Amino acid sequence: MPAEFPYEHKYLRAKKKFPHVWCPGCGIGIVMGSIIRAVDSLGWSKNEVMVVSGIGCTSRMPVYLDFNTLHTMHGRALAFATGIKLANPELRIIAVMGDGDALAIGGNHIIHSARRNIDITAVIVNNYNYGMTGGQHSPTTPLEKITKTSPYGMVEPEFDICELLKAAGSVFVARGTVYHVIELDGLIRKALEKKGFSVVEAISPCPTNYGRDNRLGDAVRMMESLRDDSVNVAQAARMKPEELAGKIVRGVLADREAPEYTDLYLELCRRVRSSGEVGE
Amino acid sequence: MTVPWGETRLVQGNEAVALGALASGVRFFGGYPITPSTEIAEILARELPRLGGVFIQMEDEIASISAVMGASLAGAKSMTATSGPGFSLMQEGLGFGCIAEIPFVLVDVMRAGPSTGLPTQVSQGDVMQARWGTHGDHPAVVLAPATVRECFDLTIRAFNLSETFRTPVILLSDEVIGHMRERVTFPRREEVEVIERPVPETPKEWYEHYHPTASNVSPMACYGSGYRFHVTGLTHDRQGFPTRRRDEVNEMMERLKHKVARRLDELVEVKMHDVEHSRVVIFAYGSVVRSAKAAQVMLEKKHRRVGVFRPVTLWPFPDREVKQHLDEKDVIIVPELNQGQLIHEVERLTSDTVRVIPVQRVDGYEITPDEIVAAAMEVM
Ligand SMILES: Cc1ncc(C[n+]2csc(CCOP(=O)(O)OP(=O)(O)O)c2C)c(N)n1
Ligand code: SF4
Repeated sequence: MPAEFPYEHKYLRAKKKFPHVWCPGCGIGIVMGSIIRAVDSLGWSKNEVMVVSGIGCTSRMPVYLDFNTLHTMHGRALAFATGIKLANPELRIIAVMGDGDALAIGGNHIIHSARRNIDITAVIVNNYNYGMTGGQHSPTTPLEKITKTSPYGMVEPEFDICELLKAAGSVFVARGTVYHVIELDGLIRKALEKKGFSVVEAISPCPTNYGRDNRLGDAVRMMESLRDDSVNVAQAARMKPEELAGKIVRGVLADREAPEYTDLYLELCRRVRSSGEVGE
Repeated sequence: MTVPWGETRLVQGNEAVALGALASGVRFFGGYPITPSTEIAEILARELPRLGGVFIQMEDEIASISAVMGASLAGAKSMTATSGPGFSLMQEGLGFGCIAEIPFVLVDVMRAGPSTGLPTQVSQGDVMQARWGTHGDHPAVVLAPATVRECFDLTIRAFNLSETFRTPVILLSDEVIGHMRERVTFPRREEVEVIERPVPETPKEWYEHYHPTASNVSPMACYGSGYRFHVTGLTHDRQGFPTRRRDEVNEMMERLKHKVARRLDELVEVKMHDVEHSRVVIFAYGSVVRSAKAAQVMLEKKHRRVGVFRPVTLWPFPDREVKQHLDEKDVIIVPELNQGQLIHEVERLTSDTVRVIPVQRVDGYEITPDEIVAAAMEVM
């Protein structure tokens, strides 16, 4: 076992499920590493961690992880996760999703999960396109970018994942990139520690589709762009709006307190049971 | 509202479904309101918190069936209830439940379609959707109540079958049965059998979530029990990991098929009323059974003898019973609240010498006994 990956080997289903499905240069594996290191740093046992996903390249992640794992239907990770959390509130639930999974087909579930403030951590890998199906546009594809279904350039405006989920009620919202790995480890750790619906958007290259279609260079070049085109919240605070245009802002973007849904529901059960009250 | 064990009450069909669920130990309901099923959700919204169970109104039916499956995988007896439009939205989830072998109960209180159709008048238009609505080959277990008491009994049976066979079970009710009130004498507690899913006894490192057994059903661990396993909608091996190996693909598909096809005796239920001695038989299910039985009495007064054959289990279809009891008859009358769904199964199983006559209605009204009598008089 190589000494430089002590955590990873403890948490991977190494013998059974490798090699993985991801392309060379894809960033999804880096996000998986960050999740592992965040869980490890919290000292959580593998039995109490549950990883749920939808469908897509990102959503293939759970099969490699030696936690409780569930690979659901396209867009439905959070709906399954809601049932699991309510049936067993002890489980610590991480939902991993691609941008299409989370915000197109799963858009309804994510805003309602945020509104309920159910204790789930959503890790959204944003590669600006649908990787698995060959690079079609997603709700996060920037204007004018080329994808297989926007061959003349994207004409729809994009969602800002973090702004959307802040508005929908998430108590913790952060953005990182797979270039800034140590920072990403920390953001995911903070999200996991937060009680309530927490979100980490991880910007990640898809060199095979989005990168090639937009001539963004090879995987290394795409990683360098994440370095060059992003700033952290502290830097952003010192910049003028015109300097910030086109920059990815990294860091914790929202962190507030609100009652958590599972707690409220259990409290409701206790109240109803102790008073013998019967609803109308 | 608790189950009035051993007592006699005036009860509505949907209420009896909710009581049957409570009798079975349901601990999770996820749903989205739709008439004519909503009473089931409303009753469980009131009762489940009092039992420490979970009621949640999800954002749509896709979310509902997904949450229900999540809860079942975490160990809770789970259910949802809906009607046509919602049932259509649940179809992808139903297939996930079949391939991932997740026990839960789905109640579809049928209303007239297609689409919004006739909200919310009666129909039996979802019989084929219940069998083939989700994509791909898959097992289907579907039960159809004809009385309010059966709403109670068959809900319990649906839970028992789903936990025993590790598969979704559909209770296919309809607007007439769901909204009808009837005098029901409930069984005593000790008369009702409630089955819990088999749980693994193997050491955790040996556990296979889809272990092949003689019954084709593997004991099932739940999330959070210390057994760590993977569940996917991809075709998978015994451990639940995706596979394309042909031997493993075929093993999984065969097992899914055989777990139902090889245990028909436990699944298929039919009820027969004077079928043996009649040359003419009415084949009816769901609320239409009531008109069929009334027609039988009316015809008897006219000195015409007809039998009533009713499948309680619609799927798997009672092939053997139909062949055995109906293939020698002169005429089979098939009244259905659709443009012809189960009639084709009856035709498939009977010889050309048997006349199979439809009586169909899709205008939102129940088929009357008179209509069945008229059809019978034409051939008798
Ligand atoms: C109901 C349904 N519709 C469409 C698909 C096809 N499909 C599979 S993955 C995917 C999009 C994946 O893109 P994204 O969620 O952004 O994840 P990525 O692959 O980029 O990680 C689509 C459309 C599907 N599997 N199910
Ligand atoms: S297609 Fe794109 S997102 Fe999918 S594995 Fe390849 S590089 Fe990653």
